Amino acid sequence: MPRFSFLEWPVVRQLRDGDVLGRGTSVTSKRTRSITPRTAEADHVAHSVCPYCAVGCGQLVYSKDGKVTQIEGDPASPISRGRLCPKGSASEQLVNSPRRITTVRYRRPYGTEWEDLNRDTAIDMIADRFLEARRNHWEDVDDKGHALRRTMGIASLGGATIDNEENYLAKKLFTAAGAIQMENQARI
Amino acid sequence: MANADCIIIQGSNMAEAHPVGFQWVMEAKSRGATIIHVDPRFTRTSANAHKHIPTRAGSDVVLLGALINHVLSNDLYFKDYVLAYTNASTIISEEFLDTEDLEGLFSGYDPETGTYDPASWAYSAPGEDGKVADASAFEGQEGSHWTAGRAGAGEAFGSGGPPLEHGIPARDETLQDPRTVLQILKRHYSRYTPEMVTEACGISRADFDYLARALVENSGRERTTCFAYAVGWTQHVGGAQFIRTAAMLQLLMGNVGRPGSGIMALRGHATIQGSTDIPTLFNLLPGYLPMPKAGAHDDFQTYADSIGRKEQKGFWAESRTYAVNLLKAWWGEHATAENDFAFDYLPRLDGPAGTYQTLMRMLDDGVDGYFLLGQNPAVGSANGRMQRLGMSHLKWMVVRDFSMIESATWWKEGPEIDSGELRTEDIGTEMFFLPAANHTEKAGSFTQTQRLVQWREKAVDPPGDAQSELEFLYELGHRIREKLRGSTDPRDRPLLDLTWDYPVDEEGEVDPEAVIAEINGRHETGPKVGQPLSGYTEMADDGSTSGGCWIYAGVYADGINQAARKKPGYEQDEFAHEWGWAWPMNRRILYNRASADADGKPWSERKKLLWWDETAEKWAGPDVPDFPADKAPHDPGDVEAGGAKGLAGNDAFVMQSDGRGWLFAPTGLVDGPLPTHYEPVDSSIPNPLYPQQANPTREFIQDRDNLNAPGMTGDAREEVYPYYFSTYRVTEHHTAGGMSRWLPYLAELQPQLFCEISPELAAEVGIEPYGWATIISPRAAIEAIALVTERMTPLTISGRTVHQIGLPYHWAQGTHAVVEGDSVNDLIAMNLDANTQIQNSKVTACAIRPGRRPRGAARQELVEELQRRAGLQLDTGDQLLTAPDFPEGTERQDIDLQSGESIEETFDLPRHESGGEDQRTTGTEED
Amino acid sequence: MGLLSGPEENPAADSGWGHDHARKGFFTDTSICIGCKACEVACKEWNRNPQDGDLKILGSSYDNTGSLGANTWRHVAFVEQKKDRIEEARESGRKLVSLGMPTIGPRSGAAAPGGRAGEDFTGVDTTPPDTPEFRWLMSSDVCKHCTHAGCLDVCPTGALFRTEFGTVVVQSDICNGCGTCVGGCPFGVIERRDDGTVSPKEDRGRVQQEVPNKGTANKCTLCYDRLVEGEEPACAKTCPTTSIKFGDRSDMVEQAHERVAQLHAQGMTEARLYGANPEDGVGGTGSVFLLLDEPEVYGLPPDPQVPTADLPHMYRTAAVAMGGMLVATALAFLGGRR
Repeated sequence: MPRFSFLEWPVVRQLRDGDVLGRGTSVTSKRTRSITPRTAEADHVAHSVCPYCAVGCGQLVYSKDGKVTQIEGDPASPISRGRLCPKGSASEQLVNSPRRITTVRYRRPYGTEWEDLNRDTAIDMIADRFLEARRNHWEDVDDKGHALRRTMGIASLGGATIDNEENYLAKKLFTAAGAIQMENQARI
Repeated sequence: MANADCIIIQGSNMAEAHPVGFQWVMEAKSRGATIIHVDPRFTRTSANAHKHIPTRAGSDVVLLGALINHVLSNDLYFKDYVLAYTNASTIISEEFLDTEDLEGLFSGYDPETGTYDPASWAYSAPGEDGKVADASAFEGQEGSHWTAGRAGAGEAFGSGGPPLEHGIPARDETLQDPRTVLQILKRHYSRYTPEMVTEACGISRADFDYLARALVENSGRERTTCFAYAVGWTQHVGGAQFIRTAAMLQLLMGNVGRPGSGIMALRGHATIQGSTDIPTLFNLLPGYLPMPKAGAHDDFQTYADSIGRKEQKGFWAESRTYAVNLLKAWWGEHATAENDFAFDYLPRLDGPAGTYQTLMRMLDDGVDGYFLLGQNPAVGSANGRMQRLGMSHLKWMVVRDFSMIESATWWKEGPEIDSGELRTEDIGTEMFFLPAANHTEKAGSFTQTQRLVQWREKAVDPPGDAQSELEFLYELGHRIREKLRGSTDPRDRPLLDLTWDYPVDEEGEVDPEAVIAEINGRHETGPKVGQPLSGYTEMADDGSTSGGCWIYAGVYADGINQAARKKPGYEQDEFAHEWGWAWPMNRRILYNRASADADGKPWSERKKLLWWDETAEKWAGPDVPDFPADKAPHDPGDVEAGGAKGLAGNDAFVMQSDGRGWLFAPTGLVDGPLPTHYEPVDSSIPNPLYPQQANPTREFIQDRDNLNAPGMTGDAREEVYPYYFSTYRVTEHHTAGGMSRWLPYLAELQPQLFCEISPELAAEVGIEPYGWATIISPRAAIEAIALVTERMTPLTISGRTVHQIGLPYHWAQGTHAVVEGDSVNDLIAMNLDANTQIQNSKVTACAIRPGRRPRGAARQELVEELQRRAGLQLDTGDQLLTAPDFPEGTERQDIDLQSGESIEETFDLPRHESGGEDQRTTGTEED
Repeated sequence: MGLLSGPEENPAADSGWGHDHARKGFFTDTSICIGCKACEVACKEWNRNPQDGDLKILGSSYDNTGSLGANTWRHVAFVEQKKDRIEEARESGRKLVSLGMPTIGPRSGAAAPGGRAGEDFTGVDTTPPDTPEFRWLMSSDVCKHCTHAGCLDVCPTGALFRTEFGTVVVQSDICNGCGTCVGGCPFGVIERRDDGTVSPKEDRGRVQQEVPNKGTANKCTLCYDRLVEGEEPACAKTCPTTSIKFGDRSDMVEQAHERVAQLHAQGMTEARLYGANPEDGVGGTGSVFLLLDEPEVYGLPPDPQVPTADLPHMYRTAAVAMGGMLVATALAFLGGRR
C-alpha cells in the first residue's frame, strides 16, 4: 500500500495545480487516473463483417480471454469507413446475449416441454431421419419415364445469413442426396 | 453511388434499411447530386432527399414507362450509347404482337396454362423472314444483380428455339424500321403519359416533370444517374419487370457500366448475394447454372446447350465448361468424360419447388423433415399461419439459430395454440433445436450486395453446444455417408462418391479455407496439378480442372485467400481492389466497357473509367475491364469461334449472346419481353392501361387459408377490404426479428408493432393517434399501435381516394424475445411472381378499424366474418385472363364469382387436416 | 472573466490541467442526420448502460426513448412538421442572420466539403427547393459539456470533474447519489440511475442485465475512457453520415459556422447554431449543434443559464449584507453604550 502523503490531499492538489475551485485535477480519483478503454485491454482483434444487412460493413471484434468484449466499425473498410448502424452497433449484445441458447434442445413428438439432448446423439438422430425421409419420398422417374432421381421428403430454408462455404456444403450435400427443396431468404 | 449526379431511390427505403450504405448517397448529395425518393411513404430516406414523390405501391411500371416514353418521344435518350451498346436497332420477328395489339397481352399466351411461348418474341435473322429465337443468355437484367430474378428463367429453359448462330441478328442502324426494338418500344410505351402517371400512380404533373428533368439533365456524356431499389420492387407479382423497366430506362440514358450509374440492388442480408451465387435455391446450381429439368435436359450436352452453346458470343458459350468443373469439384474421380462427369447424379426438377410449393406439400404430409438454417418462416414468410400449420404436419424439424425463435416454439406458444386450433399434445412434430455459432465464432466469407466477397476472421470459440453450419453440415454428411457405407443401391452413389474429405484442424473442425479453395477450383492433372485456378478462363472442359462455382474462380488465386485482403480503403483509390474480392475477376463495375464510346474513348473526361490504350493495345483504367483485355474497339470478333473470341469490340454486354444490353428481352422472362403495367392481384382499381387487369402469368396457391380479396370482382357498393397495406423494415430491427427483438438496445428503440396511417384515414375510420388499430385481411387479423402521420398521403387514383397503410413486419407472438407483437406476414397471401417465385407483400387489400383484435378463437371468426361479407371463394382473384377480346381463338374462362356457389358451401370446404388435396391446386392452371 | 460565467478560452486550464490540452467537443449537424439511432446504441453498448423505458411506444413519432437521462446519453428526437411551420423556421433563421450571426460567403464546387477539386457544378440546380410541404427533423442530442457546467459547479463531493479535454465527467466511485447536480443542469441532462429500470416484464423470468453505477448520477462522459487512448467517442465513430462529428472544439465551431453559411447559401435559412455562442448563459457548450428550427422544437432550452452564474454577485451581495449587519451590530453596541 502506498504511503499516505499529505501532498495528495485534495486541498493541497487544488492549490498546487491551480485548480482553485476544485473542479479538475484535484478531485480526480485513482480509478479515474488509471482509466483505460476495454479496446486497449483486448488480447485479440479479429477483422470481421457485420452479420445484418448486405452492405457488408467492416467490424473489429475485440476479445479478451476468449470472450468478445467489444465490436465496433473497422475504419479500414472502404465500404463502411468505420461506421455502423444501430444493429451493427448492437452486435456485441447479439454475441453475448443472455437470451442466447447454447445447448441442444429436443422436443419429442407430442411432448409438452423441451428436453436436454447430447449434441452427438442429436446429429446422429437427424442423420437417421434424413435417410428415412429420403427413402419415404424418393422419386426415380416421372410419369413419362424421365429420370428424376430425387426425394421430396426433405426441405430446407435458410442461407442468407450463413457463409458462402456453408451454403456450398449445404447445396452439395442436399443435391447429392437428391433433396431438391432448398430455399433461402433470397426469394423471400 | 457517390459519383452519381442524380440518385433516384424507388422501391427502397435506403436510409432505414441500409443506413451505412446511405452515407454514399449523402456524400453524393454533398457533392451536389440531386436525390429523389419515390415511395408511398415519407420515410427517413425521404427526409434526406431533395424531393419525396408519394406514389401508389405497385404502379412503378407506369411511372418508369412514362419516363421511357418521355425520353423516346422527345429524343432525350443517349443516342450514341443506345446505338452502340443496346439492341435498339435489332429487328424483331414479324410474328411478335405487342400489348398494344392484344389488350395488354403479348403474342404467345396460352390461356389454358397461363404461360407464354416466347418463340414469337425472337430476333429476326439477317436476310431471313423466319424467326430465330435465342435461348442462350438468361442474364435478362442488365446492370442489376437481383439474381433471384433469374430463378424462373431457369424454369423457362428449353422453351426457346435454336440459339442465334453468330449473335448478329438483323439490325436497322437508322432505327426507322417499325420492327426495330426502338420503334416497338415507342409504340409500347405511347400510352404511358404524364396524365396516365397522375391517374395510375397519383403523382402530379409537376412532380413527374421534376423527376423527368432531373433524370434527363443528369444523364449523357458528362453526367450519370443511378437508381437504387430493394424489395419495394421485387416483392410484387411482376417485380422482375419493375426492375427491367428501370434497367431499360438506364440503358436508354446511357447509365450502365459507367461511374455513378447503374441500378443498385440493395439486398437485405449479410450474404444474400452469396446465397444466390452459391445458391441454396431449388432451381440453381452454383454460378447460376440451372438445375436440370426432367425431360428437357436428359443428357449433358442438351443441358449445356440450353444454357449457352459453344458457337454463341460471350461468356455463356463456355457453360459446358462451367458445369464440368462443378461436377468435377463435387464428384472428383467419379466424374469422368465417359459418364458425362456424373451429370446423372444430379436430381431433376419438373416444376417449381420453392418454399411455398414445399409448404403446400407439407400440408399434404408430403414432407417429413425440415431444416431451418437461420431462418424464421413462422414470422418471415407470407401467410405465417399456414407456415405454422405446415410445420405441424412434419415428422421432424431442425432449427439452427441463436435463440428460441418463433419457428422453434410454435408448437408450444404459437398463435394457433392460443386460439385452440392446435394443441401441443396433438402435435407429432419432433423438434431439434441446435444452437448456432455466430459471425464472430467462425471464419468464412459473406458476399455483400455489390458482389464483394469479404472474409471474416474467427474471434472466439462458440459457447457450449453451439457450432457453425459448416461443422454441422460436414458432420451430418459424414454420418450419412457412414450409414450408407456398403450400400449397392445406385441412388446412394452420389452421396458415397461425393468429395467430402475436408481437412480438419486439431480440434476436429473443418477448415473453411479448404472449402473456398474448392469453390475457386484447381488443376486436377497436368503440370499445374493441385494449383488453384487464377480465374474461370483457366477452366477446361475435359476434366483436367475443377471448380465449385465458376464466377468465384480467382477468389483463391495463387493459393491466397483474396477475400481476406484487408488493405485499408484510405490507402487505395476509390475502387479499393485490394479489399476483399469481387466476382467476377475482382471487377467493381460490371459492363464497364460501356464507360467508353464505340471508339474506346471515354464518353467524357468527367466520367472517365476505361479507355482503349492505343500504344499498349489494351484496355486501361482504374477498374478491371469487364471485357477481353486486348480486344480493340473495332475488332469485328471471330464470329466462327464463338465465346469471348466471338465478341466484337463494342459488345459491352459480354454475357448476352448478341453482346448488347437488352431493351427488349427475346427470352429469359416468362411474362413478356417488355414490362407492362398490371394491377396488383388485390386491386379494386381497373387497370387504366389495358383490359387485361393483372399479370396473366402469376402463380397462385388456392387454399381455404389463402383466399384473395375480391379486387375487381367485388361489390363496388360495399368494399370489405378497401385499403392497401405494404410491409417493410425499420432501421431498428432486422427481418423476422430473430437478431433484433432479442436485444434490449434494439428492442427499446421500436418496442411495439405499429401501423402508419394518414390523418384522413384515421378520421375516416375513427382511429386515435397512438391508439390501437386492428387490420384484417382475408387471411388474418392483427393489432398495432396507430402512428397517425402526415408522412402518409392519400392519393387520388382513377377518381377515387386510395389510402395506403404502412406495416413493419418485425414482431411476433412469443415469450422469449424482449418485445413481442402480432406477426404482419400472417396477413399476406401467397401470390407469386412467375419469374422469381417471390411473393407479393407490397400491395395487400385490408380493412382497418379502431381498437384491439379479438382474443382466442374469436380472432379467426372475425377474419371469416369479413370473408363471408366479401363473398370470397377459393378461386377469387385467380382468374388470369381478363382481356375480353383476347384473340387467338380461345374462349375466355368466365368465372362468375358472385353467383354460383353459396357462401356456406365455400366455407364448408375441408381444411388440410381432412385431406383437402382436391380443393387445393398449386401452380398456374386456371381452375 | 470566466470561472463561473461568460466566455472562457480553456476551461480545462482553469481546472489544473495546464494549457497543453485542446478542448474537445462534438458538432452535431442535424441537417444530415438520418435518424438511425446508431449513436444511441453505440453509446449504450460502449458504456454498458441499461435499456431504458418500459418498452411501449411513447407517442412521439419514431422516438421511443424520450429524452436524455441516466441510461440514454445520446437521444434522437423526431419532429414532423408541416409547411407553415417550415416557413416560420426559415423566417426566424433569416432574422438570426440579420441579427449578426457570423456568415461566410456561399461555397460551392471545389470548396464544398467533400467536393473534388476541379468539379464542375454548372448546370446543377442550386436554387433552394420550394418550401417542402412536409419535413421530418431528426436530431441527436447529447450532454452539452458546458463551458460553465452547472452540474459540476454544484457538486458537493467532487464526483464531477473537468477533464483535460475540457469535458465534464462523473466519477461513479466518488458520487454518493445526492442528486444536487440534477437540479444544477440547465438542460436536464444529468440524472440519477435508479435500480429498477431494466426489465419491466420480470414476471416472465427474463434475464436481467447487469446495471453498473446504480444509484449514482450518470451522463455522457464524451467517452473519457476512449479519449485517454486517443480514440474518438463511440457515437461519433459509428454515425453513418457524420452527422455527429468529434474533434477540437474550436474546429467544431468553425465547421459549424461554415456549414450554416453553406446551408444559408442554398436557401435553407432555417439553419442556425446552438451552443456556439460564448456569450450565452453557459459560456457556450462543448457540444455544438446545427438546428433547422428553434431549439424548443427539439426540446432544447432556448436560453440556458448556469445556476452558479450569479454566484459572485450573490456572494458580493451577501458580503455587503454581512458587512451591513456587522456595521449595524456594531452600531447597536455602540448605541447601547450611550
